[in-house]
Amino acid sequence: MILLEGIAASPGIAIGKSLLKLEKEIEIDKENIENDQVEQEIEKLHNALTESKKQLQELKEETAEKLGEEKAEIFAAHLMILDDPEVIPAFENKIKDNKLNAAAAVKEVIDEFAAMFAAMDDEYLRERGSDIKDVGMRVIKNLLGIEDIADKMDEEVIIIADDLTPSDTAQLDTEKVLAFVTKEGSRTSHSAIMARSLGIPSVVGVGSELIEKAENGMKIIVDGNSGKIYFNPDKSTLDKYEEKLEEYEAEQERLKAFKDKKAETKDGHQVEIVGNMGNLKDVVPILDNGGEGVGLFRSEFLYMDRSELPTEEEQFEVYKEVAEKMGDKPVIIRTLDVGGDKELPYLDFPDEMNPFLGYRAIRVCLERDDIFKPQLRALLRAGSYGNLKIMFPMISSLNELLAAKEKVEEAKAELKEEGLEYNPDIDLGMMIEIPAAVMIADKLAREVDFFSIGTNDLIQYTVAVDRMNEQIAGMHTPYHPAVLRMIQKTIESAHAEDIWVGMCGEAAGEELLLPFLLGAGLDEFSMSAVSILKIKEVLTKWTLSEAEEVSKKVLNLGTVADVKDYLNKIKK
Amino acid sequence: MVKEKKVIITNKTGLHARPAAQFVQKAGKFDSKIEIVFEEKEVNAKSIMGVMSLGVGKGNEITVRADGEDADKAVEELVDFIEVEMAKEDE
Repeated sequence: MILLEGIAASPGIAIGKSLLKLEKEIEIDKENIENDQVEQEIEKLHNALTESKKQLQELKEETAEKLGEEKAEIFAAHLMILDDPEVIPAFENKIKDNKLNAAAAVKEVIDEFAAMFAAMDDEYLRERGSDIKDVGMRVIKNLLGIEDIADKMDEEVIIIADDLTPSDTAQLDTEKVLAFVTKEGSRTSHSAIMARSLGIPSVVGVGSELIEKAENGMKIIVDGNSGKIYFNPDKSTLDKYEEKLEEYEAEQERLKAFKDKKAETKDGHQVEIVGNMGNLKDVVPILDNGGEGVGLFRSEFLYMDRSELPTEEEQFEVYKEVAEKMGDKPVIIRTLDVGGDKELPYLDFPDEMNPFLGYRAIRVCLERDDIFKPQLRALLRAGSYGNLKIMFPMISSLNELLAAKEKVEEAKAELKEEGLEYNPDIDLGMMIEIPAAVMIADKLAREVDFFSIGTNDLIQYTVAVDRMNEQIAGMHTPYHPAVLRMIQKTIESAHAEDIWVGMCGEAAGEELLLPFLLGAGLDEFSMSAVSILKIKEVLTKWTLSEAEEVSKKVLNLGTVADVKDYLNKIKK
Repeated sequence: MVKEKKVIITNKTGLHARPAAQFVQKAGKFDSKIEIVFEEKEVNAKSIMGVMSLGVGKGNEITVRADGEDADKAVEELVDFIEVEMAKEDE
């Protein structure tokens, strides 16, 4: 048995046979051709181009049907490359002038183009480099008569690859794919995203050992929850995973029933179960898992992996897209939360002794109109396209909240004067993540439309425990009675002023904590997409009055252990 | 017949992505040979790879040059596309 570990990119367990899809299998003969072979190679090239275009046309239509027009656009782009008046002569010239065979000619040209695009500053253009490689490999495979992996799939398989491109995944008979395992990639690479939207397990970024150890037809276990992969597992491991798989499958089947159901308790008390998102692509799993909106859209990704602040227009496009995709479902966008553990290289903040207590989030934004204004303007404008709400992070005083609201008013006035369309009635809310905010929640509640409790930071600040410090990680728990009382006090103060309260930290998706939160009166639960269905199910097992009893009891307990024991005992 | 005209790119994405694809498709409808000149580089305006490889961004000035029977019409319509259609993208 061999155990390898990678990044858990899509949850679930798969047990099956491996099928390798490796680029190294393609070998291109580099020997030069004779003059009298030129014509023949050009003809071969054109046949392969015709065949490739036919395949792309079919893929485009199939993908549009299976996954929607948007996903099919990539193949329209590939077709354009093969129709390009500069590209075809470039292939031909390599054959004529450099006396390369057709496959080697195509390889050289695509490598040159890909290198040119890879060197560009613009992220969009860099991505086009991989399109060119992808389309070039298709032509080469057609030239060399290499069977596509799709033709080898006569039974259910676990795909093992260097990485998977959109072309690869579109061609796979997804009914027969049990899991993806790749050498490269991260949680946001194409294969990871694809696996999540197909609902199959995936482990990515395993490293070169994967390719060295894997062979076709090996028995493999893929654990997409922990990121572990077992080659030729021993009997006890296999038994353990077979049991897990059965349980998992039974649960998934059961949970599907909750996708289109409203989130409500046994006695019909409705709450909102929504998803957290960290980038645009997270919309898909949230909707697929029956999420009723977005409770926390972390806007930071717009500011990362770049060399300058995103413009108002760039932000507007992204917010608008989310608003439109979610339709009338609410989308809460949190304004920029940098500083602390999240640094941006182009904002030159000095090093701090206590970054979590330092210059971060709203404290930065209120001083920097060049950061805050474009974001607020983009949010207000995008607010015309759906049900967007704005949320401020790290509010510790009424003054800060009023100052942030003042900035919103200024932005509105600017937009009005410029004659731009925006939503003047957009809901404003704030995160409750600092104990000071909890203590004055009654005052703050009069100034906003909603609260959202950020448990990760609220725990850190309440218990004085650095959440990045592994040595004291055990102390960072939502079950601390002080944290639970903070939550309860927040909800009570909010409801007294008739505003609603959500929770967007990890704790909102914890099954064990659900009866307490429900009983304390929480109105909205925002979590990772994968937890949504499970929480919807647990909700149906409780009545509101039962949960209220639980909540009262829990608030009387003194230790983390007592709280956990009690919640485990009454768990349904 | 050679005809050319200078135009400034005003939309935010520049001549990339979707605008570039639309521009190339539009250029492809004319019989004339059409080129874009930008910072001493000349590319075939009917080639998506060529046009995108220029890396033309907002605020850059390019020259659209056409040579052929329909050169007048080509330059006029392509410049119009940049000034009107592409600018609409930002609205």
